Amino acid sequence: MFETLHGIWQVFPEGLRLVIIILLKIVAILVPLMLCVAYLTFAERKIIGYIQARIGPNRVGPRGWLQPIADVCKLLLKEITIPSGANRFLFLLAPILAIAPAFAAWAVIPFDDVKVLSNINAGLLYILALTSLGIYGVIIAGWASNSKYAFLGSMRSAAQIVSYEIAMGFALVGVLMAARSLNLQDIVLAQQGNVLHWFWLPLLPLFVVYFVSGVAETNRAPFDVAEGESEIVAGFHVEYAGMTFAIFFLAEYANMILISILASVFFLGGWLSPLEGLPASLFEVPIMGTLLGPGMHWLFLKTSIFLFLFIWLRATFPRYRYDQIMRLGWKVFIPITILWLVVIGVLIMAAVPPWFN
Amino acid sequence: MQAIKNYLKSLLLWELIQGLRVTGRHLFRRKITVQYPEEKTPLSPRFRGLHALRRYPNGEERCIACKLCEAVCPAVAITIESEEREDGTRRTTRYDIDLTKCIFCGFCEESCPVDSIVETRIFEYHGEARGDLLMTKERLLEVGDLMEQEIAKDRAADAMYR
Amino acid sequence: MTDQIIFYALALLLIFAGSMVITVRNPVHAALFLVLAFFTSAAIWLLLEAEFLAIALVLVYVGAVMVLFLFVMMMLDINLAPLREGFARYLPVGGLVALLMMFAMGLVVGPRYFGSERFPVPARHAADYSNTKELGSVLYTDYVYPFEIAAAILLVAIVAAIALTLRRRPHIKAQKPQLQVAVRREDRIRLVKMTSEKKGSP
Repeated sequence: MFETLHGIWQVFPEGLRLVIIILLKIVAILVPLMLCVAYLTFAERKIIGYIQARIGPNRVGPRGWLQPIADVCKLLLKEITIPSGANRFLFLLAPILAIAPAFAAWAVIPFDDVKVLSNINAGLLYILALTSLGIYGVIIAGWASNSKYAFLGSMRSAAQIVSYEIAMGFALVGVLMAARSLNLQDIVLAQQGNVLHWFWLPLLPLFVVYFVSGVAETNRAPFDVAEGESEIVAGFHVEYAGMTFAIFFLAEYANMILISILASVFFLGGWLSPLEGLPASLFEVPIMGTLLGPGMHWLFLKTSIFLFLFIWLRATFPRYRYDQIMRLGWKVFIPITILWLVVIGVLIMAAVPPWFN
Repeated sequence: MQAIKNYLKSLLLWELIQGLRVTGRHLFRRKITVQYPEEKTPLSPRFRGLHALRRYPNGEERCIACKLCEAVCPAVAITIESEEREDGTRRTTRYDIDLTKCIFCGFCEESCPVDSIVETRIFEYHGEARGDLLMTKERLLEVGDLMEQEIAKDRAADAMYR
Repeated sequence: MTDQIIFYALALLLIFAGSMVITVRNPVHAALFLVLAFFTSAAIWLLLEAEFLAIALVLVYVGAVMVLFLFVMMMLDINLAPLREGFARYLPVGGLVALLMMFAMGLVVGPRYFGSERFPVPARHAADYSNTKELGSVLYTDYVYPFEIAAAILLVAIVAAIALTLRRRPHIKAQKPQLQVAVRREDRIRLVKMTSEKKGSP
């Protein structure tokens, strides 16, 4: 059996084999990601329910665990409506443009010391470029629907994303200054040591700015004016139904997970273990050693903390007013980040231990 | 001094953290959800649900076609037609309540001089076909016959407050 | 071989996108074709191992400039008919200018200076070659003065742009979010302790 499979494998030319392996790796990243997105929606409904003294969805399957599957089935079976005045091609292109960057950015995330799809040198730049592309889906969706509400929503969210991208970019400049590299794997390795060696401590203001900008960038509460129900119905995706709507939904949650995993890579040491620095003999114990040592599970744990924070913020805060959002982005976050870049410069020049020696 | 304190407070997200603490505490509170079809909340004897027409214990229908309920109904949901019966009493030939118009204010019940039209505790009714929510006299009487015990008990419980 | 196929595919796509930008009727479609053109040229740069330039092109032009372009373009209701009036009348002059420009560009970037035989085939770099690092070291050593001057000009332009819009308008009734945000409970509410009144007292 294995012999014949190996024989078939050898028939393919070298280049094709490489392409197949890369495609398999992409599938291995994207399929769990989609599942995570589905169950993130479930987790969100449960957690918000719990915070509001409710118990959330609990009818489909044991304790409601099949709820996301039921939702997906419902959305798949619904009719995709296209408004008569809409620009057909762009209307259908917009969801794809929304989800493509959200997925493509996962190519450079280091899950482990070896597990990374593409360990490119300019990884951080790549992330910045791709997160800035997510707006196209929103803008085009709003314009192509030929609806005032959708258009207003897309204008709001585009202006918001463009503004917060600057603060986010500056926060990442701080990270690259501290790590002296644009490569994500190098950024993780630069944080080696224990919890205090991670970048959250020297870059604390940038960390906060990055996360809040991330919340704004994904159009999540309390920055979700783009879909203010009371004034513009649902924002840029009012006219979408069925699977096209589901793809926007998927893109939003995939972006949430992306922002969370990036926050843990940049500021919380990625796949590094917080217990590093304990005596080495502890890590040689068979199972406990792998659990305590660095690995993917720590990355996922850190990511889920941020995801929980996303949901917690949504359950706690009322929506910001639009001019206040703009003020926060331009007049508070950008000055803070620029100021802190100077501080980091000083810290690096002074070679302050334990981060910059 | 105060200004600096406020500035620091806003910079350290003090109020936001307080808000997060409140919601964080509620995350672990006891949940108060009522699992509806299995669990139900208690209903008051004054509950205003589906309508019913009552009868006297001897089987005679109470309604005397005075049309007070039709007159008082703010949603104009009640339609009554009446005729003289062979024994010389005035009775309704038609008593319709359009449940899609009814706002369940209970005025018909209040206005009725013979306690004929009442509202029961039934609130989980539905219609599957056109006209299912248009209650005719026969169907109202049927509901009344079915629920008579509970209706009588609820009236008795509420009588001391009238 | 594969490199060449990829290059020619991208180049064809780039030429197609470029010609669509100037021929397509709908301005929003034109802008989107321009985005496609930027993308393909970034991909061609990637083939040249210039990943910093490629990603910077996507980041700056596609991610920021074109978004603002689209932003404005979608809000405008452009009536195309008057723009197309007198096309035949201006054609000779326009064509002459276009020919002149092509001639001038041919002189500068023609095969005399930029022919492929004039340049050696660039050597493949090792896997750890970092285009970003190379660019950085060149920018901050050999070209530090031009770079800093360009930065200063950009800064002046930013300040000028802000100064142009930041005129004082005394009668405007806009809200001031900074004041609203700074409001505290103590400024708005005064808690008063009172003894409860007795029933029946006047």
